[in-house]
Amino acid sequence: MSDTVIQIKNLKKVFGEREVLTDINFDVHKGEVVCIIGSSGSGKSTLLRCINLLETPTSGQILYHNQNILESKQASHQYCAKVGMVFQQFNLFNNLTVLENCVIGPVSVLKKPRNEAVETAMHYLEQVGMAQFVNAKPKQLSGGQKQRVAIARALAMEPDALLFDEPTSALDPEMVGEVLKVMKNLAEAGLTMLVVTHEMAFARDVANRIVFMDKGIILEDDTPEEIFNNPKNERTKAFLSRAMG
Amino acid sequence: MLEFINQVLKIWKEYAPALWDGTITTLTIAIIGTLVGLGIGLVIGIYKTIPISPKDNIIKRVSYKIVDFILSAYIEIIRSTPMMVQAMLFYYGIAMVFNIQLNILLSGLIIVSVNTGAYMSEIVRGGIISIDHGQYEAAHSIGMTHTQTMSKIVLPQAIRNIMPSIGNEFIINIKDSCVLSVIGVTELFYVSKYAAGATFHYFETFSITLIYYFVLCFTITKILRYLEKRMDGPDSYTIMGSQTAPEAVIHVNTANHGKGE
Ligand SMILES: Nc1ncnc2c1ncn2[C@@H]1O[C@H](COP(=O)(O)OP(=O)(O)OP(=O)(O)O)[C@@H](O)[C@H]1O
Ligand SMILES: [Mg+2]
Repeated sequence: MSDTVIQIKNLKKVFGEREVLTDINFDVHKGEVVCIIGSSGSGKSTLLRCINLLETPTSGQILYHNQNILESKQASHQYCAKVGMVFQQFNLFNNLTVLENCVIGPVSVLKKPRNEAVETAMHYLEQVGMAQFVNAKPKQLSGGQKQRVAIARALAMEPDALLFDEPTSALDPEMVGEVLKVMKNLAEAGLTMLVVTHEMAFARDVANRIVFMDKGIILEDDTPEEIFNNPKNERTKAFLSRAMG
Repeated sequence: MLEFINQVLKIWKEYAPALWDGTITTLTIAIIGTLVGLGIGLVIGIYKTIPISPKDNIIKRVSYKIVDFILSAYIEIIRSTPMMVQAMLFYYGIAMVFNIQLNILLSGLIIVSVNTGAYMSEIVRGGIISIDHGQYEAAHSIGMTHTQTMSKIVLPQAIRNIMPSIGNEFIINIKDSCVLSVIGVTELFYVSKYAAGATFHYFETFSITLIYYFVLCFTITKILRYLEKRMDGPDSYTIMGSQTAPEAVIHVNTANHGKGE
């Protein structure tokens, strides 16, 4: 396939005595939507956090456009600005308004002129349907609204790829839809996305590829059709039958 | 009773200018001491929350540890000894070692500042570590450095959260600055003692002093509350006009909303 944005090679992560990730290998290509599924504790969040350098991998490589970002601090810094993350708990900056949440990164990290950053921020806030709330503080928003602002904040950095860690798991059921809809639009617009999710319908409909993780290893990495209709592994079958109810 | 009131009024009339000067000195020491103490506290609190990982080089780790030990010693020694003793040691110690007579008011300011700094360090550190780790992670995820994260995200929230404690230190300083009378700082307590000694009416004089301290602390508490509220910004936000009705601006009040977060 076309050019590789992120490539994971022999990634391993050990917490104390516990090996949480064992020899992870996979690629994310430009414009691709990859969903990571798997049962609780299988290491999905840890993998995403390693990719975003919130955790330091014990060994292995993370290649960003073929450059190993674990080697130099300089490279890892630029990389962080270019690969964004959306968190389960939103993590909006509580002291800033909706607009400032989306402006602070471009201004202080990308060194964009402020008026340009505001313009970009407004563009993405409109895209997620939150432009009316520019003056609100995070505590004044509902969960779904917060998550949409968090997505706009990540987009305002004009990232190469976005990582999502269960973006709808902390939401009330009636707000899940609005966030998934925004994500689906982004996928259609060609954004490169790596999504940890328990939303099986979303994975099936939106993903180009699905990665099934179990106990720190990737058991299957295939198209949604293959994973859902023709799972190769017994554990995948068991997980899917549980997840699909 | 009437006699008591008359006596109080008489003393007050006679000593009002002196008491006023004492009040100003007390306030000056409390304000400057609290601000300088907050400055010391910020520096130490920020230093103590610098992330040091085992992967940093050995020189950085060792020098960090040494400075950290000195700062901890400072905090513990100040917090475990009375300010009155610190004042005596400092004032007479300087006089003995350097053979100079330090300005008394300046000595008082230094003592209160250094003392407050020790308490403020712990308050600031507590304020910083109480900020949700998700705030750091979000900042990291958009590529912000530790310095940027601290100055733009963490400290503004931490300082807002410790405002009540800072106010509390200020009030404590107004009251505790009276121990500086042992080295002769002419603050409110010193002036009162002087007036009482001159008139032999201790009860009446210190009744006046009590009212002075109370009015001072009570008013300042109210002012600080008000400032805290102002810092929080408006309870409501404005919904900006949409494309269909650009002039529409709706005010949403969330005063009783989301306070639990
Ligand atoms: N900082 C840490 N220290 C020690 N163990 C950890 C740490 N973070 C995660 N773990 C462990 O690593 C394992 C994988 O955790 P992880 O959060 O990656 O799972 P997950 O697949 O995201 O699960 P979930 O679906 O519940 O979010 C768990 O057993 C967890 O206890
Ligand atoms: Mg997880």
